[in-house]
Amino acid sequence: MLLIHCPYCEDTLPELEFTYAGEAHIARPADPSALSDDEWRDFLFIRTNARGPHYERWRHIGCGRFFNALRDTVSDRFLTTYKAGEARRPLTNEAAE
Amino acid sequence: MSRYRISGKGRVDHSAPVSFTFDGKTYRGLRGDTVASALLANGVHLMGRSFKYHRPRGAVSAGSEEPNALIGTSRGKGQFEPNTRATVQELRDGLVTESQNKWPHLSFDIGAVNDRAYMLFSAGFYYKTFMWPKSFWDKIYEPVIRGAAGLGKSPTEVDPDRYASRYLHTDVLVIGAGAAGIAAALSAAQSGADVTLVDENAEMGGSLLSDPAVQIDGKPAWDWVEAQLARLRAAGVRLMTRTTAIGYYHQNMVGLCQRLTDHLDNPPANAPRERMWRVRAEQVVLAQGALEKPLVFDGNDRPGVMLAGAAQTYLHKYGVKVGDTPAVVTSHDSAYFAAFDLADSGARVAAIIDTRDAVRPDLLEGARKRGIQVLSGHTVTTTKGRLRVKSVRANPVRGTHVGAGRDIACDCLLMSGGWTPSLHLFSHTKGSLGWDAGSNTFLPDRKTEACEIAGAGRGLWGYEAVLADGAAAGLRALEGLNRAGHSAAFTVANDRPGTGVTHTELPTDGNPGKAKAFIDFQNDVTAKDIRLAVREGMRSIEHVKRYTTNGMATDQGKMSNINGLMIAADALGKQPPQVGLTTFRPPYTPTSFGAFCGYLRGDTFQLTRKTPIDPWAEANGAVFEPVAQWRRAWYFPKAGEDMHAAVLRECKATRASLGIFDASTLGKIEVAGPDAVEFMNRMYTNPWTKLQPGRCRYGLLLGEDGFIRDDGVIGRLSPDLFHVTTTTGGAARVLTMMEDYLQTEWPDLDVWLTSTTEQWATVALNGPNALKMLKPLVEGVDWDDFPHMSCAECTVAGLPARLFRLSFTGEVGFEVNVPARHGLTLWTALMEAGKPYDICPYGTETMHVLRAEKGYIIVGQDTDGTVTPQDAGLDWAIGKAKKDFVGKRSLSRPDIVAKGRKQLVGLLTEDGSLLQEGAQIVLDPNQPKPMKMVGHVTSSYQSTMGHPIAMAVIEGGFDKMGETVFIPMPDGVRKARITSTVFYDPDNARLKA
Repeated sequence: MLLIHCPYCEDTLPELEFTYAGEAHIARPADPSALSDDEWRDFLFIRTNARGPHYERWRHIGCGRFFNALRDTVSDRFLTTYKAGEARRPLTNEAAE
Repeated sequence: MSRYRISGKGRVDHSAPVSFTFDGKTYRGLRGDTVASALLANGVHLMGRSFKYHRPRGAVSAGSEEPNALIGTSRGKGQFEPNTRATVQELRDGLVTESQNKWPHLSFDIGAVNDRAYMLFSAGFYYKTFMWPKSFWDKIYEPVIRGAAGLGKSPTEVDPDRYASRYLHTDVLVIGAGAAGIAAALSAAQSGADVTLVDENAEMGGSLLSDPAVQIDGKPAWDWVEAQLARLRAAGVRLMTRTTAIGYYHQNMVGLCQRLTDHLDNPPANAPRERMWRVRAEQVVLAQGALEKPLVFDGNDRPGVMLAGAAQTYLHKYGVKVGDTPAVVTSHDSAYFAAFDLADSGARVAAIIDTRDAVRPDLLEGARKRGIQVLSGHTVTTTKGRLRVKSVRANPVRGTHVGAGRDIACDCLLMSGGWTPSLHLFSHTKGSLGWDAGSNTFLPDRKTEACEIAGAGRGLWGYEAVLADGAAAGLRALEGLNRAGHSAAFTVANDRPGTGVTHTELPTDGNPGKAKAFIDFQNDVTAKDIRLAVREGMRSIEHVKRYTTNGMATDQGKMSNINGLMIAADALGKQPPQVGLTTFRPPYTPTSFGAFCGYLRGDTFQLTRKTPIDPWAEANGAVFEPVAQWRRAWYFPKAGEDMHAAVLRECKATRASLGIFDASTLGKIEVAGPDAVEFMNRMYTNPWTKLQPGRCRYGLLLGEDGFIRDDGVIGRLSPDLFHVTTTTGGAARVLTMMEDYLQTEWPDLDVWLTSTTEQWATVALNGPNALKMLKPLVEGVDWDDFPHMSCAECTVAGLPARLFRLSFTGEVGFEVNVPARHGLTLWTALMEAGKPYDICPYGTETMHVLRAEKGYIIVGQDTDGTVTPQDAGLDWAIGKAKKDFVGKRSLSRPDIVAKGRKQLVGLLTEDGSLLQEGAQIVLDPNQPKPMKMVGHVTSSYQSTMGHPIAMAVIEGGFDKMGETVFIPMPDGVRKARITSTVFYDPDNARLKA
């Protein structure tokens, strides 16, 4: 079981308290009606499916907040977590390995 | 005294006999025995039959790696356990055990014909032998093969035992309490760190318990172990025996399964049988030691053939001589010590057959002193003996030439193919392994966790080296905690260091194609199976493993993986590291389901949510059904009524006068704030801006993909306050979805979301007399301005309430919400006030029937995550003028507007029979199979109208009104006509009454 750091609670807690919430930094288009069918399809369904560092969202059930994380999908290691709305964190050296 | 027990020897209690049965026969063992050691003490080597060939098998090891000696144990009703390793199960008084996979007897097993027909059962036999004719597969081949193969029988009764679970946080967890583990724990414990030392055996000490002549710091091994354990205890180290580290997970979480009562004659009542520990350790020291490898030669599986180290353990730990005339075959020095110890205990060692040409002079001298002949540069080509080995054939090897053999009589054969570090837990962490060409074995290489590996587990041999390594590992763990300690040194006398060489199958002068040289004893995989798999195109070791099933048995290839790899590599013409090792996965040893479940079973499997009105329902004979985690009143049968009769009565009473229903489980979310209406507009399909306070509206929630996610009536209590209701099962999902949008897409909106599901008790009143009955109880409502789809904050029966006028039945209806603590009071008051109207409590089934008669959908029953509002006939609920809402863009995607989508329609059967929910629908019942299925029945009920009704999704259903479709069922094809989903009062006349 992973230990995950909630950036809102500022505490590292067991995975049981969290749920996965899909890839991060995919913002809902401001005006969906302006999108072509293909663009809308890509927004709905197309994901990077990264092998390695992956930007994703998690929710801390305890405080109810959604936050962003950078997790390596190969090692299943959390490289960092940060609040929703914050800019995409750069890949660290560890993540780039 | 049993025939093979040596008086006074071993760690068993010679003054405490214990009796047990094996296959119905009573045996005596001693306190401290395992089932295997006690049977061996009685001269019993035959303990089971093999998986495929039903070959007679005996214990080959003395520990948890045992592949052969699997038995069933029974402690009472429901307490039968199959596939228990006889080498692990401790003896206790009255233990009942039985052998497995044999018929009629262990010594005469009909299934052993498979052994003669072995040609049929080679690698991949499943895929090629029984292909023809096709029709034979289901009826003949598979049942017969399944019947003949297999290990123990699964128990069928509920396990009455209790299982416990606990969490533990510790600074240093040391796994394995042999020499290395004890040394590591001593190092780690010196600076006050919290240290835990665990071992899977009943006693700590590891192989030192099998090597009593070794002296450490001037003390005999056993005394030294005892003294160190006392020191550890005094230092506050947690010592846990019978505790197996089953898995090593992320961030140093280790699962420990502790066996608590299986060894006790009379376990305390209610004591848990096993306890699962979830341990989070700052540092882990893996000191699990090494596992001895068998040698691979024809007949290496006969009862009486066992690992040399196992024989040494039986001798020293249990005082059991595994035979009078053992022979030894080895490629490693360690087997000599087993031979010497047995000779010193009175056995006549027939020969030591060494595959190596050169043998260490001190070992040769030790053999000579004891009168043991050593045949160096020899191979073993076969063994003889049906139920017990009688002789072994040894042949000299010169280069590649195998010379003439001679049979050497023996009553047991001790083998050693060297030692493999126990890499399992390290592999769980995805730590990489490095090939050590010198010792021909894999060793732990790059670590992924904060762990140290010590002792034989990283290829060291000899106690002096292992103790020093353990102490150093414990110190490094301490440094990992930013603590300091002193390094320890140990002096060892009578040490038994050694080296060896690694083989594929041993050379033979016979036909290798006929040799039954076993690698995986439990799955009956032989060397030629591996070579066959390679010949047939398997290149990856993972494919070889699956094709041959090597290493796939319950022992997970503890003995077989390296031998299998060596032979596969040889067959492929590659070096072992290029072929690679298969992955070890948790659990390390078979673990009971009970230990995983812990407390989460029966009543405590998951929580049961009950409404405030639940006690009334229970007292009034409700039959309950689970809905999500709630238990809900399903129907209220009167004496003599079955479900159908009760539901029909409840339906009719509601339609005729007045019904009352506990709707408290409905999800409720309060959406509040200046931007609440904007938020609602964005989330739900419907327009909310013009909804006046005091009015409510049916709300439809989509996913961004345009499919229906949830629905419910939503009341606007004030300009900035919405009372949202959701489906019972969807409450948490909807709140999470709302939170997601609010937090991450529209954080600028000033809105607060609060779950109020459990804060409100909700009672629904429906029927033509509902208004009449309710009116006198209500204060604070202007009845002249309270039409259908209104809501108000008021009092009902003197209780503060939120009153909704709405209907899920087609009758005049209300939902009264009061604070949950008043729920039962409200219900009781309404029941009393309803007496003049023959008020009838009804349950969820009646609710379903009444709503279906009106064509009201239930999300999750009539929809399945692929249904759009258009598909469900709910276009009217879409705010067409709204620029955007969640899912809107998807409603114009090409596939969503395409013709031929499944659409929700009504169905009436021609013969008036009830359809089955889930039944598939076809347009032409005479088409060839497989038929084209155009939809399925989603809801089906007996109705109040004298005939059953059903709803279904059917391709292009809206354009097929009045057409006939067919529903093929096992007892015949049903005919049904497509209708509107509204079966009852289509003009809503009753709502307006």
